[in-house]
Amino acid sequence: MGSNMAEAHPVGFQWVMEAKARGAKVIHIDPRFTRTSALADQHVTLRAGTDIAFLGGVINYVLTHDLHFREYVQSYTNATFLLSERYRDTEDLDGLFSGYDPLTASYDSSSWAYESVAAPERPGRRDKEQAASSRHGAGGPTVEGHAGEIAADLAMEHPRSVLQVLKRHFCRYTPEAVERICGVPRDLFLDVCRAWTANSGREHTTALVYSVGWTQHSVGAQYIRAGSIVQLLLGNIGRPGGGIYALRGHASIQGSTDIPTLFNLLPGYLPMPDTSHESLAAYLESISGRNQKGFWGNADAYTVSLLKEYFGEAATAENDYCFDHLPRINGDHGTYRTAMDMVDGKVFGYFLLGQNPAVGSAHGRLQRLGMANLDWLVVRDLTMIESATFWQDAPEIETGEIVPERCRTEVFFFPAASHVEKSGTFTQTQRMLQWRDQAVAPAGDQRSELWFFHQLALRLKARLAASTDPRDRPVQDLAWDYAADGDEPSSADVLRHINGIDLNTGRTVSGYTDLRADGSTSCGCWIYSGVYADEVNQARRRTPRSECGPYDAEWGWTWPMNRRVLYNRASADPQGRPWSARKALVWWDEERGEWTGDDIPDFERTKPPDYRPPEGASGPEALRGDDPFIMMSDGKAWLFAPAGLADGPLPTHYEPHESPMRNVLYGQQASPVRKVYGRPDNPSNPAPPEAHSDVFPYVFTAARLTEHHTAGGMSRQLPYLSELQPELFVEVAPELAAERGLRHLDWAHVITSRTAVDARVVVTDRMAPLLLDGRVVHQVWMPYHWGSVGLTTGDVVNDLLGVVVDPNVFIQESKVLTCDVRPGRRPRGPDLLAYVADYRHRAGITPRTGTRVVTAGDTDRPEHTEPCEWPEDPS
Amino acid sequence: MGVKQWIGQWPVYRQLTGTDPLGRGSAAQSARSAGLEPRTRGADRVVDSVCPYCAVGCAQRVYVKDEQVVQIEGNPDSPISRGRLCPKGSASKQLVTGKQRVRTVRYRAPYGTQWQDLDLDTAVDMVVDRVLDARRKGWQDADEAGNPLRRTMGIASLGGATLDNEENYLIKKLFTALGALQVENQARI
Repeated sequence: MGSNMAEAHPVGFQWVMEAKARGAKVIHIDPRFTRTSALADQHVTLRAGTDIAFLGGVINYVLTHDLHFREYVQSYTNATFLLSERYRDTEDLDGLFSGYDPLTASYDSSSWAYESVAAPERPGRRDKEQAASSRHGAGGPTVEGHAGEIAADLAMEHPRSVLQVLKRHFCRYTPEAVERICGVPRDLFLDVCRAWTANSGREHTTALVYSVGWTQHSVGAQYIRAGSIVQLLLGNIGRPGGGIYALRGHASIQGSTDIPTLFNLLPGYLPMPDTSHESLAAYLESISGRNQKGFWGNADAYTVSLLKEYFGEAATAENDYCFDHLPRINGDHGTYRTAMDMVDGKVFGYFLLGQNPAVGSAHGRLQRLGMANLDWLVVRDLTMIESATFWQDAPEIETGEIVPERCRTEVFFFPAASHVEKSGTFTQTQRMLQWRDQAVAPAGDQRSELWFFHQLALRLKARLAASTDPRDRPVQDLAWDYAADGDEPSSADVLRHINGIDLNTGRTVSGYTDLRADGSTSCGCWIYSGVYADEVNQARRRTPRSECGPYDAEWGWTWPMNRRVLYNRASADPQGRPWSARKALVWWDEERGEWTGDDIPDFERTKPPDYRPPEGASGPEALRGDDPFIMMSDGKAWLFAPAGLADGPLPTHYEPHESPMRNVLYGQQASPVRKVYGRPDNPSNPAPPEAHSDVFPYVFTAARLTEHHTAGGMSRQLPYLSELQPELFVEVAPELAAERGLRHLDWAHVITSRTAVDARVVVTDRMAPLLLDGRVVHQVWMPYHWGSVGLTTGDVVNDLLGVVVDPNVFIQESKVLTCDVRPGRRPRGPDLLAYVADYRHRAGITPRTGTRVVTAGDTDRPEHTEPCEWPEDPS
Repeated sequence: MGVKQWIGQWPVYRQLTGTDPLGRGSAAQSARSAGLEPRTRGADRVVDSVCPYCAVGCAQRVYVKDEQVVQIEGNPDSPISRGRLCPKGSASKQLVTGKQRVRTVRYRAPYGTQWQDLDLDTAVDMVVDRVLDARRKGWQDADEAGNPLRRTMGIASLGGATLDNEENYLIKKLFTALGALQVENQARI
């Protein structure tokens, strides 16, 4: 679902075809018919933005027909736990959960806790804008007391047991509701339910694949939660052939999340400290919690070892290991917030490192106007990209909004070294690190990022060496003594330091359980610990597949500890026996007193299945022998999330921010906590219950082509790829073509309240009209790779988007919006601005449009806009 | 050249008399094509690499001759890719050797209308100056309630998903020490 694997990840898709050849049934659920659909046994077209309704329907089907894997659910999930009496569901509150504050558009999640676990009530404001929200994705959600006995009903019949709450929450997600919301005929939907449940259980497993078709939504995190709930109910997590596969789109996007260049994270999903963390102890308590289970209990060892790697000798127990050298976050510092701050003149310098936001980020126009308002911009890339040349050839030059002679941004372009001109690791989409050897030296001024940041660090340290300003102390104390490889650090030595070093012996540690909180170890990223075990670069291993076992354990290295299937303790039953012979993966060997199997067990090796923690235990020690989910604070997989999410403990169908439909399930139209930025430069198309949504009557979605790569910097410049996909196009159904007078291969343009872009028309049955609640709704699709530079050029499709983001992870909703489509080319120059302004006028759009995020019941409906100068309303 | 040898050069003769009756193999081969050999054969060395496009992680073999990349192929040993590459991975030799690659630093002065040349070392020094300036202008010691912030909002960075783990590690480490926290990459997008 939400993935076009055959075209976006073609070489990975060979394994789907391999499975199909061995008898697996392949189902593709996606708005558009693609080559993935063509190779699947079944394709299901659904409206973009309605996957939670579909999955909620599957959950409802499983629970009403009692098809869940009862023993797995009972033992390994939180289905048996009882919830607090204060909890109110969307069933009770017209689409809201208990704890909602309309003024701040955020939740106080204290009422979502387990009955037996105290959770103090907190004002919502803090959750939304302060630390908690920006911490999501870091660590595990902490809830005090999860190591103790949690009130439960093993029969799962108590009305406040998670399973019964789940049943009630999803009861209105009937096949009829799925048909009305998603446009999926009832029989087709039931076919999917039957196939999914029939191929799950002791003897069978089903795998679920998603891509950015799931993440790029205002409820993206809840899409994945919904998929997880189905997979957990059916016992498909931690087992061979099961799982949830997140297919990622850049060579090391997994790595850049694990070792994050992200504002809210430190390496290994440790949170970036925020203003509430007055000391290292306070910070650690916020991760490890009090009296809770699991391996976040050792966060002190991970954190102190990181600080030892960052600040070396300067980091001591007396000074909290330089914890106060770390800057503090206090809200949303995500890339979209930053782009708006650039427009507002609050940011002075910007580095772009192999990324092209002028084309690749949502609302390209906002990105370019931001870059045009900087003191300086550094672009490091292989080739000239639109983000380097915006002052020459941005669309805003044509409209007169950027004038080179009046644009003050100083631009430095540094040519980068390519993947064969440097050595290092990428982490691929299944957490596997693979080392690349350097093949040739880069030419001319081309350099790696390693060289560039090494040079910056050395020169900045030299410049600040004599400073007495306390703000310069972190730079002075920064440990930067990696082994040299010419005039840059040895990447192998950096990887050694990421792995971790025993500071007493100077040798690499063998894994994260070796790390200590007393300053005797250093480690750059605890989850990568083991990648350089025994002083050997494990990521460089290349034992051919013909010579490896079934899990290819000697090819590359997978975090954590080279375990290929996460939570694989769940592949065995509570007593440690495989659920079935054909689905054996790891099991308890009674004779040898250890876990063993085809994969490396994701469990303490010698902890027996019948282990019960002593009174008062916490952290790893508190995990029972049948608690497979060793990172969770209660050792269980969460069907219901009692903490950790900004937008509710259970996934709920909300309409996208821009939608042609009223929500048929609740009064609450869209996510009540989605983050909107009501600003004149970020207008929204109206959605029901607002008026004039008919001005933008079509659903728009965008995706990749096989032959191009994201913003095109690595593909539109290449002759082969440009010849294979020479031009931007827009796919429409024959019925829509007739409705709007569009002709195959002629020009058409797509319009939103942000801009209009033009492209060649492809009239195709791949885009099927949907029958929704008695009316026909059309979907429009475009690839988004084009821009002004390269061998093939075209309009920037991401310019059509505005910015509205998921409150958990601040990822934008770019997979679904509304639009109009008209024949012919768009107006050029300043006429384009007038044309789009006219659309806004007709739709009654102001900066307030779309910002009244709560629509349930008869609560107040405050606007959520930014304080800035607004032009008068067009009306 | 004898008559027999001369006749034997005719494709039709070879097709009729040889092992290739359909004329789609050796019978159709010219002297020129018989003399061709794959670029991989003359390589000085073969280097293990990984495809730089999507996150599947297909293994590549990079063939180098005279310190130039002459070919990039899939590596059949890989349990992930079994030697396959998609159109993008197959085009990656063009990615690294094509003339679109920029070789020298380019500089655009404020209000400028043209790119200019700039020496690499000078350019890095200029960036150092500007980092310190932007850091100072955007510095925040504490929030309104007096909680320490010790950060700068004057500098932002975007990128990392196409880079190596080792590079991301040093980028985050340096920016964190500088107090710059608006460090982001494609994973947020």
